[in-house]
Amino acid sequence: MKFTWFNLMPWPYLPDDFREKNRSVWVDIDQRLFDPAKSHEVYNTYMDLLEYADRLGFDGIGVNEHHQNGYGIMPSPNIIAAGLARRTENAAIVVLGNSIALYNPPVRVAEEFAMLDCISGGRLVAGFPVGTSMDTNYCYGQIPSLTREKYQEAHDLIIKAWTSRDPFAFNGRYNKLRYVNIWPRPIQQPHPPVHIPGGGSVETYDFCIDNTYSYSYLSFSGYLRAKALMQGYWDRVAARNAPDESPYRAGFAQTICVAETDEEAERLYSEHVSYFYNRCLHVYPGFADAPGYRTIKTIQSGALSQYAPPKGGYAQLSWKELTEQGHVIAGSPETVRQRMEDLIKGLHVGNIFCLMHVGNMPADKCMYSTKLFAEKVMPKLRDMFSDYAQDDRFWCKPLAKRATSGSLPAEAPTSAALAKAYA
Amino acid sequence: MELKTVQTRHAPVRYFEGGSGPDLVYLHGAGGVTAEDPFLAALAARHHVFAPLIPGYGDSEEAPEIRDMLDFTLHSWDVVEALGLKDPILVGHSMGGMIAAEMAAVAPNDISRLALICPAGLWDDDHPIADIFSLLPYEMPKILFHDAEAGAAMLTAGRNVEDPNFLQTYLVTNARQLGMAGRILFPIPERGLAQRLYRIKAKTVIVWGDSDRLVPPFYAHAFKKGIGRAELVSIPEAGHMVVLEQPAAVVEAIGRLG
Repeated sequence: MKFTWFNLMPWPYLPDDFREKNRSVWVDIDQRLFDPAKSHEVYNTYMDLLEYADRLGFDGIGVNEHHQNGYGIMPSPNIIAAGLARRTENAAIVVLGNSIALYNPPVRVAEEFAMLDCISGGRLVAGFPVGTSMDTNYCYGQIPSLTREKYQEAHDLIIKAWTSRDPFAFNGRYNKLRYVNIWPRPIQQPHPPVHIPGGGSVETYDFCIDNTYSYSYLSFSGYLRAKALMQGYWDRVAARNAPDESPYRAGFAQTICVAETDEEAERLYSEHVSYFYNRCLHVYPGFADAPGYRTIKTIQSGALSQYAPPKGGYAQLSWKELTEQGHVIAGSPETVRQRMEDLIKGLHVGNIFCLMHVGNMPADKCMYSTKLFAEKVMPKLRDMFSDYAQDDRFWCKPLAKRATSGSLPAEAPTSAALAKAYA
Repeated sequence: MELKTVQTRHAPVRYFEGGSGPDLVYLHGAGGVTAEDPFLAALAARHHVFAPLIPGYGDSEEAPEIRDMLDFTLHSWDVVEALGLKDPILVGHSMGGMIAAEMAAVAPNDISRLALICPAGLWDDDHPIADIFSLLPYEMPKILFHDAEAGAAMLTAGRNVEDPNFLQTYLVTNARQLGMAGRILFPIPERGLAQRLYRIKAKTVIVWGDSDRLVPPFYAHAFKKGIGRAELVSIPEAGHMVVLEQPAAVVEAIGRLG
């Protein structure tokens, strides 16, 4: 199993009456609710928590890209990842990911991911989302019905840039480049492992199967509701005669809160869970799915937009309902272990993106929950899918010997020392 | 109105044909057009009307190769050619007006009579055009109609909102139609027409509803200023869907083209 500690980086100061006074947490959120001076502390705390997860032995630490979004203050995940690459030692740097249709030219992603791979010593896991409609269409102005074509071209260009050893010309519809010749290039060969976040479209299933990429379902509504979608993926894997059904072909994001007891979990975390589901997911429905963004096939499959709230909205859901319905897995280490096992077996997923910082959770509670998960839950789940323990196609392959950042000597050498060293 | 099909390079195009009189090509707006459209009926009383559907609209096939403004413009010329028409009266509403203006600008010698009904295609930061793509269905009538209540009734006529498949059908239709429209209208309905307007030689009538809350009447003057031989007709008690709210007055205005 691979556990990635993920932080969406929510803005923790949305007011109590946020839902009533604002139509959306995303796209046209009120600028005035952001306080740059306070964000200094918020960013540094969030990055500290990601680094803490590395020290506790999580396999990966994860960041993602959102724009104009109250629950994600990470328009550039690569900036956060660069900081993490320097200050962490072992965890994979899981950037899930860069919305590649938004970069002009997308060679920029090939370059920045290569830099991250080089700085981290080959610890990068590269994610290529199409990007939500809010980000891609409404914030970044991409034409909905052409977004997927542009995404596809960006993907082809990035992979070619990573794998070609000679300059090449790229005559795309959206990118015309005479000399593609990235410098630097990634450590990992032929290129870093690729994870594709998807929302249930058959096209994305096939894209992952054909390219040996891991399919990630980044839902906030929990594993019980994800069954049909993930089953659709595994059915497709079987139907396309993929050589195996390795659980590492798939990943799933789950909100997780651990305490000593179920009661303590509710007492400590319910307000933060409520903050996330009720304030952070308050997205104006008009922004959820620009016409043309999803394919006709996907709409006809009956899959609702990932951002469609449950009937009645999250506001109607109590802690009990959120946990029972699996939106959130919370409780004592044993409760969480049982439910995680259900999730992992039920969805057949080897990559878990653990959403352990939730809403406006303060750092102390987050550390507490994270530590309990790392020490009392993770070890008991670690060896699931032992048949596939050797499957390294979907995870990073770091250099065996990696540099230690910040290891310059305390003092600059003297003239005499240099003369001796370079004699 | 009869629904027919004509083959073009990019897709078989569905079109409504009816009426008698001089040939007239009508290009619909982003909401599409149906056989029951009262405006088509009103046009057909005086003209031989051809109203092609943009690929993806109604039951027509999609045309993935039509991506940008030039593609839309040339495809629309392909349709005129395929219909065997020479110098028809060219009429366009909203998005259709944007396409019609582009057609007249790229081939100024092939169009001598042009009617632009509250066309899209220009943009001024001080007079923003509402974002139709993020509007929820219930928000549409007040943006599109002078009389929102009557407009809402027109929009929902013939639709069974109780049908369990309604939502999915609605989403598919929206994805097909507005998905296609988005190629020239999203996120801002402007693709450089302002710098081509001067090329239009046609005698032009510009028709605008006084209470257009989608493309404000400000743009009527911008079009008039940009086109050499243009006359402006303002229609009271009409919004952006002036073709539904005051069809007779619009037909009357088109009549000025002779």
